[in-house]
Amino acid sequence: MVITAYTLVRIRSLFAVAMLSGIYSLVGASLYLVMDAVDVAFTEAAVGAGISTVLMLGTLSLTTRMEKVSTKVSPLPLLVVTLTGGLLIYATLDMPYYGDPTAPIHHSVSVRYVEKSGDEVGPPNMVTSILASYRGYDTLGEVSVIFTAAIGVMALIGRSRRRRKQDDESGDES
Amino acid sequence: MEIFTGLFNYWVVIVLMMMGFYVVIAQHNLVKKIIGLNIFQVSVFLFYISMGKIKGGTAPIIGEGIEIYSNPLPHVLILTAIVVGVATTALGLALTVRINDAFGTIEEDEIEVLEAADDEQATP
Amino acid sequence: MLSPRSILRVVSKLLIPPILLFALYVQFHGDFGPGGGFQAGVIFAAAFILYALVFGIRNARKVAPAWLTRLMLAGGLLLYAGVGVATMILGGDFLDYSALRSDPIAGQHLGILLIELGVGTTVAGAMISIFLIFDGRDREESN
Repeated sequence: MVITAYTLVRIRSLFAVAMLSGIYSLVGASLYLVMDAVDVAFTEAAVGAGISTVLMLGTLSLTTRMEKVSTKVSPLPLLVVTLTGGLLIYATLDMPYYGDPTAPIHHSVSVRYVEKSGDEVGPPNMVTSILASYRGYDTLGEVSVIFTAAIGVMALIGRSRRRRKQDDESGDES
Repeated sequence: MEIFTGLFNYWVVIVLMMMGFYVVIAQHNLVKKIIGLNIFQVSVFLFYISMGKIKGGTAPIIGEGIEIYSNPLPHVLILTAIVVGVATTALGLALTVRINDAFGTIEEDEIEVLEAADDEQATP
Repeated sequence: MLSPRSILRVVSKLLIPPILLFALYVQFHGDFGPGGGFQAGVIFAAAFILYALVFGIRNARKVAPAWLTRLMLAGGLLLYAGVGVATMILGGDFLDYSALRSDPIAGQHLGILLIELGVGTTVAGAMISIFLIFDGRDREESN
């Protein structure tokens, strides 16, 4: 995954970049699968490798194909990135190890979900029962977010372009 | 040595996050910035999911004879986050298309120059 | 003589019904295996997107006209909120499915089913309309 991300940073052809991001998402999805997150892997594969790539390709077909070569390379972003990365790595030194069953995250509310969801809610898929029942309100908000995003896209580029073209031609004299 | 294998997943995720972060702040092309945001998002999800895994556990679907399940709570949060992420990506790409309409380019420095020129023309 | 175009057409004609069926399977089987509303909605939209990619935007618009996608978008969200309001009317809290039926477990089951249906519909409508807007713009530009 690191190699994919690095190639993404360096390549200039935007088409390749979009494809690489699809590969990145797919590899990420398989990693999720390895970590026992089957629902998440499913969603990430469908959404990240499918919809995102298609939308990026659509945007590319409406705009340009190649990235412009940058004339100046400032070291400031690299510095900021390295500093932040160093701080984060320092922060992880206190964290529980990978797969550790005694981590505090596993002992609060999740215990109730795992033990009781079969009796209280019913479906064997605990993720669905948490998503739809225990945390159903959050899911309502999420559906609203998708709804708003679709409406936003409609408002931004949904209207017919011919009108705008005439406006541009009459107004843009420079 | 154990600290390395135990914390390795976090470090890999941090490296990925930083790459995405770098793309967002350093690259000039708008579409690449959005893709960098996507990289960042996927690595953050990886972080959460890796925190939720329990050694020896299985997927959180109730089955016969399974003793240990991986923690389902991060899965739920990440599921929501993924879909919200794609919604934001779609909106961001739509904005990019409109910016391209208005300015004719999607390189950030060119847009800044054009925007400054527009402002100079607007003020009488 | 098989041109590349016709290979694509035949293969996608073969593939699209199973994709739609798979989407429905994932939707209703979300209780027992991985799946649920979001995945199902995205896969459903993927079938339409495949159709639009192979057969062109105009045909895709005929199959999924703007009013239909808008209806799907809003309808799913309304279904979700409607279930919540219904549970309030029937005596419980907002989105407390136990109030839907006499047996709380059956109530939960019904509530989850309706919720996931609402989620899947909205997600599918959103993805389809977003893609068709992106692609439809391209055609208008080249006209």
